Amino acid sequence: MSTNNKLLSGNEAIALGAYHAGIKVAAAYPGTPSTEILENLAEYKDIYAEWSTNEKVAMEVGVGASYGGVRTLVSMKHVGLNVAADPFMAVAITGINGGLVIISADDPGAMSSQNGQDNRHFAKLAKIPMLEPSDSQEAYDMVMAAFDISEQFDTPVLLRTTTRVSHSKTIVETGNNSRKQVEGKVFKYNFRKYVMLPANARARRPLVEERVNKLAGFSETSAFNFVTKGSPELGIITSGMAYQYVKEVFPEASILKLGFSYPMPQELIKEFSSRVKKLVVIEELDPFIEEYVKSLGIEVTGKEFVPIIGELTPDVIEKAGCAMGILSEYPGTDAAYKKPALPGRFPLLCSGCPHSGLYFTLSNIGQRSTIPGRKQREPKLIITGDIGCYTLGALSPLNAMDTCGCMGASIGNAIGMQKAGVGEKVVAIIGDSTFLHSGITGLIDAVYNKAKFTLVILDNRTTAMTGHQEHPGTGKTAQGEDTYAINLEEMVKACGVTDLQVVNAWDLKAIKKALKESLESDELSVIISRGPCAVSVRRGINPSKVDINKCTTCGLCLSIGCSAIAKDGDKVVIDGSLCAGDNCRLCEQVCPVNAIYPDKPGLIGANNE
Amino acid sequence: MNNYSIIIAGVGGQGVILAGNIIGDAAIASGYDVKKTDTIGMAQRGGSVISHLRIAPKIYAPLIGENQADIVLSFEKMEAARCFNFLKPGGIVILNNREMPPLSVGCGIEEYPSDNEILSVLTQKTDKVYLVEGSKKSAAIGNIKVLNIFMLGCLSQFMDIEDKIWRESIIKSLPAKIVAINISAFEAGIQAVKPQ
Repeated sequence: MSTNNKLLSGNEAIALGAYHAGIKVAAAYPGTPSTEILENLAEYKDIYAEWSTNEKVAMEVGVGASYGGVRTLVSMKHVGLNVAADPFMAVAITGINGGLVIISADDPGAMSSQNGQDNRHFAKLAKIPMLEPSDSQEAYDMVMAAFDISEQFDTPVLLRTTTRVSHSKTIVETGNNSRKQVEGKVFKYNFRKYVMLPANARARRPLVEERVNKLAGFSETSAFNFVTKGSPELGIITSGMAYQYVKEVFPEASILKLGFSYPMPQELIKEFSSRVKKLVVIEELDPFIEEYVKSLGIEVTGKEFVPIIGELTPDVIEKAGCAMGILSEYPGTDAAYKKPALPGRFPLLCSGCPHSGLYFTLSNIGQRSTIPGRKQREPKLIITGDIGCYTLGALSPLNAMDTCGCMGASIGNAIGMQKAGVGEKVVAIIGDSTFLHSGITGLIDAVYNKAKFTLVILDNRTTAMTGHQEHPGTGKTAQGEDTYAINLEEMVKACGVTDLQVVNAWDLKAIKKALKESLESDELSVIISRGPCAVSVRRGINPSKVDINKCTTCGLCLSIGCSAIAKDGDKVVIDGSLCAGDNCRLCEQVCPVNAIYPDKPGLIGANNE
Repeated sequence: MNNYSIIIAGVGGQGVILAGNIIGDAAIASGYDVKKTDTIGMAQRGGSVISHLRIAPKIYAPLIGENQADIVLSFEKMEAARCFNFLKPGGIVILNNREMPPLSVGCGIEEYPSDNEILSVLTQKTDKVYLVEGSKKSAAIGNIKVLNIFMLGCLSQFMDIEDKIWRESIIKSLPAKIVAINISAFEAGIQAVKPQ
């Protein structure tokens, strides 16, 4: 084996491939499972890599860089492409100058997303070519080929991965490759190509059809579309990670693997189909390939047996194979085994999290909290939520969220709720990165249209859920340079908000006072609850303790949802190794009988500022 | 060359991912094809972590199917039982005797299963169950965080990878100043599963 064999994740391979392809600019907004692509690219000092404010801006930066003449990569998660759809559709019409590759990292199982949408449809919608890798080697090879295709056909290229491809580590051989020196192109005035006035847009429309026809021809001969000959009894058409499972579950079958999966190679599909007795399409999510094959008048089996929802696994495909009658009995799950009944282990806010105090208070005011052994009350308030770590405030014991749909939605949803005339007071909750991503336009709408509700901005000074990426409020760029940090207070005021309070995220009295005043107010009011993310805090320093002689085991401290506090038999104990100590002190403020005390005299969240 | 399908289970923060990377590295150095995938979800916030690691001359699927795991290596006691469906009948289970109660247990809503409950689940499929004191030994060595390397020590006794390659992979993956303590943990792990 060559010494250039590396065990890389799909995302690492994409970053390396893009670097070797000679990119000069990369832009992204963090989102699982795409985040590591830009994180890896930001390490290279000979390219420009940025965390953009949101995916739409990332796409526009990428389009601008491509027009400007350099090879450019834009990456995002599947739902990020919804945000970026407008510039994405626009560049599909104008075409490019420097090669432009757009990565959509889909999450078929909705493991860390609000849905599991199939972004292959975006390639068809925009009429641009799509590549789908099924391991890290292909991710590396395809991203390099994608830049050539982009420049050859004057088109952006969509490279679509899934969680399992992006996050699996497989061996990548890079041979003797190193960074390609690509000559930058000059941006030249070209009114008919780049200015999408209706007349120009209409004039370019036939060129898009012409391009997609040429690409269909190219797809016929692409090395990423290949056949592995097997038994003529069974032919399987597949793509992406499903290919790997098919290879394993049906080792005898003939396989047509589509890596260049839009536009599809019509002749290749027809020829393959004619050589096998039974034709099956095995693809993750929607019947994207299957519907195309059917449109060619070819008889094929697929989604009647292969699930349309969620991630495929070898087990799922094996079961489908049995249901189709092409495999004998499913050898998996044996019902004879007694299945373990285990307590669930769900994600939760970290001990010392700056969101806990605000949620605890809101949960109490809104009668949400479930204290073990007590009856749940009728919930008050309407709390519209948003996307980030703080979405976990929706879970027990806090239960402090009524809606969560997409990035930035909390504010618009709150406006709509209030305008609909709901009986309860409305509270919108959004994080700092999400507010900057797409909350600001909602806030401007709220001021403009005289909406009345409480907006809480949970400002933990980072993009926490995806692993602590910088954003416009942190004062650092993706590549570690110091920069201007957006001042949230000034921005909120500039939108026209007059009722604004800023509170220390661990000061429960201040939080309670601010929330009460805000809920009683007749104006739109904004509370910024500020405290840096607890992940980087060292735990076990001056932890809290419980005085068992004073503790009445009322359970109030348990309703914070802190992982360091637990009921052990009939006492409450604090795990000193998990407690954030002086960085938090929430439980000490919560305890009605002063049974919780710091090992040494402590302070409220004081170590954080 | 052998085929190994290994499940590594634990809780966010226990070093499951790094352990899997080191095994992968050692396997590549031994000439194997390797695929590794993690089902993390939102694990960095205290959820379960499961790593699938497949090692053979040629691998397609990174995911391990039901009843297909030769070895389940669990950093937390209850998590071993959670991976029961993957375990191959007659396979090997190495579980660390450390209980990390999830929030539902801490709040008194659910109960942590007894040793007997956990073991009776596992022994339905195999009698090769090794309960090791990884967390206690790691603390005694000087840092609870070396647990993942201790567990690699245990695992190394059931794989056909040279001791020298294990050590090189560990050294390569860690900052120099913590190598010595981790090598001690690796050696303690080897001792923990050796027949007495």
